[in-house]
Amino acid sequence: MAEKFSATGNQMVAEAIRQAKPDVMAAYPITPQTTIVETYDKFVADGRVHTEYVPVESEHSALSACIGASAAGARVATATSSQGLAYMWEELHIAAGMRCPIVMANANRALSSPINIHGDHSDIMAARDCGWVMFFAETAQEAYDNTVVSFRVAEDPNVLLPVLTTLDGFVTTHAMDVCVLEEDETVEKFVGDYKPLYPLLDTDNPVGQGMFATLGPDYMKQKLIERRALDNAMEAIEKHGKEWEKITGRPFDIVDTWGCEDADYIVVCLGSNAGNVRFEARKLREEGKKVGVVRPRVFRPFPAKQVAEACKNAKAVAVIDRSDSFGSPSAPLALEVRSALVRNGVTAPVSDYVAGLGGADITLEQIKQVFTDLENGGTDQITYMGIEG
Amino acid sequence: MSQLTEIRWHARAGQGAVTAAKLVADTAMLQGNYIQAMPEYGPERTGAPLKAYTRISSDPIEVHNNILNPDIVIVLDDTLLDSTDVTEGMPEDGIIIFNTTMTPEEARAAVNAPASMKVATVDATGIALATIKKDMPNTPIVGALAKVAGLFPIDLVKERLILTFGKKFSQEMIDANLESADRAYQEVHE
Repeated sequence: MAEKFSATGNQMVAEAIRQAKPDVMAAYPITPQTTIVETYDKFVADGRVHTEYVPVESEHSALSACIGASAAGARVATATSSQGLAYMWEELHIAAGMRCPIVMANANRALSSPINIHGDHSDIMAARDCGWVMFFAETAQEAYDNTVVSFRVAEDPNVLLPVLTTLDGFVTTHAMDVCVLEEDETVEKFVGDYKPLYPLLDTDNPVGQGMFATLGPDYMKQKLIERRALDNAMEAIEKHGKEWEKITGRPFDIVDTWGCEDADYIVVCLGSNAGNVRFEARKLREEGKKVGVVRPRVFRPFPAKQVAEACKNAKAVAVIDRSDSFGSPSAPLALEVRSALVRNGVTAPVSDYVAGLGGADITLEQIKQVFTDLENGGTDQITYMGIEG
Repeated sequence: MSQLTEIRWHARAGQGAVTAAKLVADTAMLQGNYIQAMPEYGPERTGAPLKAYTRISSDPIEVHNNILNPDIVIVLDDTLLDSTDVTEGMPEDGIIIFNTTMTPEEARAAVNAPASMKVATVDATGIALATIKKDMPNTPIVGALAKVAGLFPIDLVKERLILTFGKKFSQEMIDANLESADRAYQEVHE
């Protein structure tokens, strides 16, 4: 029986990867991801897992090695953050295009410049169009659960795509929380053996991967297949997530909602900030205010229908982003939410907020102000919380 | 009825404040509490000022932000007082514990703490040097916390120390840490 103990998000991610028994892990340490690879390296050194651990010289090489190993037919995992993820940029697209079911943890962190090692979503949002499935964990426990389920989703024959399982830098990676670690056998049985469909090392059935596809329809056909695969991931996440929920008793909802049934004013946000928003929303409910909170646990594929459904009765919606898309009319999450609402005929106006960049604390007072703004008709520009407005 | 205690730690990197923040959380967890312990890292270099936080609650803890209104403040290095307002955001009936050779009266004056605030001092560095033989005031200060705040009995701190350090350290080192916690428990002044 799995028992409660205290652990950080990074410890929990390292444990999840260990329990999934990847054949290969190639990684390069970077704050605040370091303790994931440090812990994992120790598992290997202690003989607790028989992963071929490749200590590469850069993140570009880390993901390159992962792609090679995955194409060869191995189960592969890695972890990175911030500048490291940015350095993987071209490989991110290649991993998805070659349909490599790599599981990569990302400790969500700010991007330079100015140099900043703290949490926000600038790194991960820059990777949102690379063709990977993307999870956002609110807690250390969820980072663990998401990572376990990531292996099943990545390797699902209807998906076969790389997965980013993300947790917020420091706030989740380094904070100690009460967690449950399932038994090794439970995870082993749940994740199962990986049977690659077209391994390069199967010399009796030679295949080519990542081939040349120039003029003509081949390139576009491949991209359409890639889009379909990522769309298919929604069903796979639902299926595998619910199976994990049944085993653990912990909810696994693609979109976590609180108080939305009769809420007039709803805040949508991602990751660890949702706890703060829910805490403030509870207080406002006690004062009789009809408020709700929506937190997509999955960002790619974007759960547009579920978000729209949760917001359908709202008078107004606010989105709190932890990154910006400079020059865009909306920050990344707000852009998705707007599109989701419009496509599903939900007419509630959306107000945009950017908060917590570079690890800036998102205070309860700031969150309360967002709900107050919504009551007062919302805003028509992007507000940098705590800095302006 | 939900009971939430929030602790803010002021220290310099290398003094073991993060370990202490976690030790307090782990001790409270033995009582069936929900906990959170987190560092607020700045530039990662030894000697730099840092803050850490511990939350203890009878209910699951949802918030993940920094602690702005701590019930208890622990200052592991009194040279921080020149640059840091350690009482910032504290309630009138807050508790503040210093690792210092100052008396409680001197410490109270140093931070202008009102009479309603409980101020306690302990020479945790001196105790650490005598027992652990290193300038690691983190374990003794948790002993002082057990006495002053009454969150948990000293024996529970020692039980937790054995659980945490048992796997990593020699018996001699574990005994030194247990002694340091005991001594601070007895020697803290209020």
